[in-house]
Amino acid sequence: MKISKVVEKMKPSGIREFFDLVIGMKDVISLGVGEPDFVTPWNICESAIFSLEKGYTSYTSNKGLYELRLGISRYLKNKFSLSYSPDRDILVTTGVSEAVDLALRAILNRGDKILVPDPSYVSYDPVSELAGGRVVLMKTPGEDDFKLTPALVKKHISKGVKAIVLNYPANPTGVSYTKKELLALSKVFINNDLIVISDEIYDELTYDFPHTPLATLPGMKQRTIYLNGFSKAFAMTGWRIGYACGPEKIISAMTKIHQYTMLCAPIMGQLAGIEALRGSSGSVLEMKREYKRRREFIVSRLNEIGLDCRMPEGTFYVFPSIKSTGMDSQDFAKKLLYKEKVAVVPGTAFGSQGEGYVRIAYASSMDDLKEACRRIEHFLKSGKNGK
Amino acid sequence: MKEILEILENDARTTPEEIAKMLKKSVGAVRSAIKKYEKQGVIVKYKTVLNTDILKDDAQKVRALIEVRVAPQRGKGFDHIAERIYRFPEVKSCFLLSGSYDLLLVVEGRDIQDVSSFVSERLATIDNVNSTVTHFILKRYKADGDILKRIERSHRMAISF
Repeated sequence: MKISKVVEKMKPSGIREFFDLVIGMKDVISLGVGEPDFVTPWNICESAIFSLEKGYTSYTSNKGLYELRLGISRYLKNKFSLSYSPDRDILVTTGVSEAVDLALRAILNRGDKILVPDPSYVSYDPVSELAGGRVVLMKTPGEDDFKLTPALVKKHISKGVKAIVLNYPANPTGVSYTKKELLALSKVFINNDLIVISDEIYDELTYDFPHTPLATLPGMKQRTIYLNGFSKAFAMTGWRIGYACGPEKIISAMTKIHQYTMLCAPIMGQLAGIEALRGSSGSVLEMKREYKRRREFIVSRLNEIGLDCRMPEGTFYVFPSIKSTGMDSQDFAKKLLYKEKVAVVPGTAFGSQGEGYVRIAYASSMDDLKEACRRIEHFLKSGKNGK
Repeated sequence: MKEILEILENDARTTPEEIAKMLKKSVGAVRSAIKKYEKQGVIVKYKTVLNTDILKDDAQKVRALIEVRVAPQRGKGFDHIAERIYRFPEVKSCFLLSGSYDLLLVVEGRDIQDVSSFVSERLATIDNVNSTVTHFILKRYKADGDILKRIERSHRMAISF
């Protein structure tokens, strides 16, 4: 039996083997988890349980429950003065992952070029390829703080470039952009008539300045597909609820694909989402405060023990350099796992520019973070002594 | 610096060095803030949250909520009579409430007899204590914000993107 050529060509995740290793080991402190350590706030769980008891177990409309779309519309309006019509401009998806796929498939023709940062979240590149696009990687090296600049984006513009994927605050680097930086970038997007897929799933976890949605900038709303969801801010990863907002034409196109492939996002998650928007701002702020403390702690500790680590603006990741150890990312991660039972993700999982770095998620209890840092310190010291 | 209190209330073992890192302050500043809170009495003491119900032995305790109606005294209000009561080591908590009774106590003892004799012999006999109603606690689920059942470890996958 032969599988499709596109799929065959897709790079198997190079670190699958490493993942299996982690999963097979006992008593590991894992700082490799890409989701909150908090469980979903109880008001959300309780509301979902109640809906199940009342028998809400059916399909919903393709675009998602109207009440949820209305909630999303109001939330964006109140928080960012960003107006999207619940009737036309919003599609509820099965996590932002699905929304990324739909957006790419809705805009790309075979051979269209799409700009993707390197390093970046693992799905943008392969899913663009699946959609028939040709990925142009924009290298954002650690020396430049992993940041996109107008000059860097311009450098990669060529004939056939149709779109760009933006993710901020970014997984895996934690990088985010101020309004000023975004304004400068937006001019390049506009001048080159790019569609921007803006994945802003970590927006609530921005610590040093307010998050600015790209679509709020002049001239950007009509070319931005704004993606967000409930997973990170509300600790609802397993509920699989995300959403896409954008021009009606694009949302309709995405809905076309969605109705044949997914039909609708699961109703339990959608109902939970309604409650999340209604009454969870307290829990969100509490989690954010806790993450912020952990961020300060881990950045300070990592620098103290000799791993150069920039202060990320958002997310719950830090992306320290391990170059001083002389090891490459995979080697470092494997040895750290074997010797000290601490799991981190090799930076190379996110692209070539991740070489020399590892992703550490601080979405773990303070106790685990302290202990993990102690073990990493021990690992670094024993390495120096050649033991 | 109030965030120090939030951190310590959640985990009193957090060291000044760790707090300094979390809040981007100097260790000295954190230490002196803690000292100040201790001096002011904002920080009363540091202790450990126990769930002795799990121990299937003598360490088990019986607890009761006791509603107490008292007669307030001229010039002293409720404070004087409250102190007469809360000074007993058996009284673990003591609150003055609005509503149909005045003081609410949490009283702890070895067994039901122990608590009963405290109520009948010591508490009810105090001058100005008019009446008491005793409710024995059958099970404690959550106390002072802490769920006493062992919370299961996270079900997250060990690694994910």
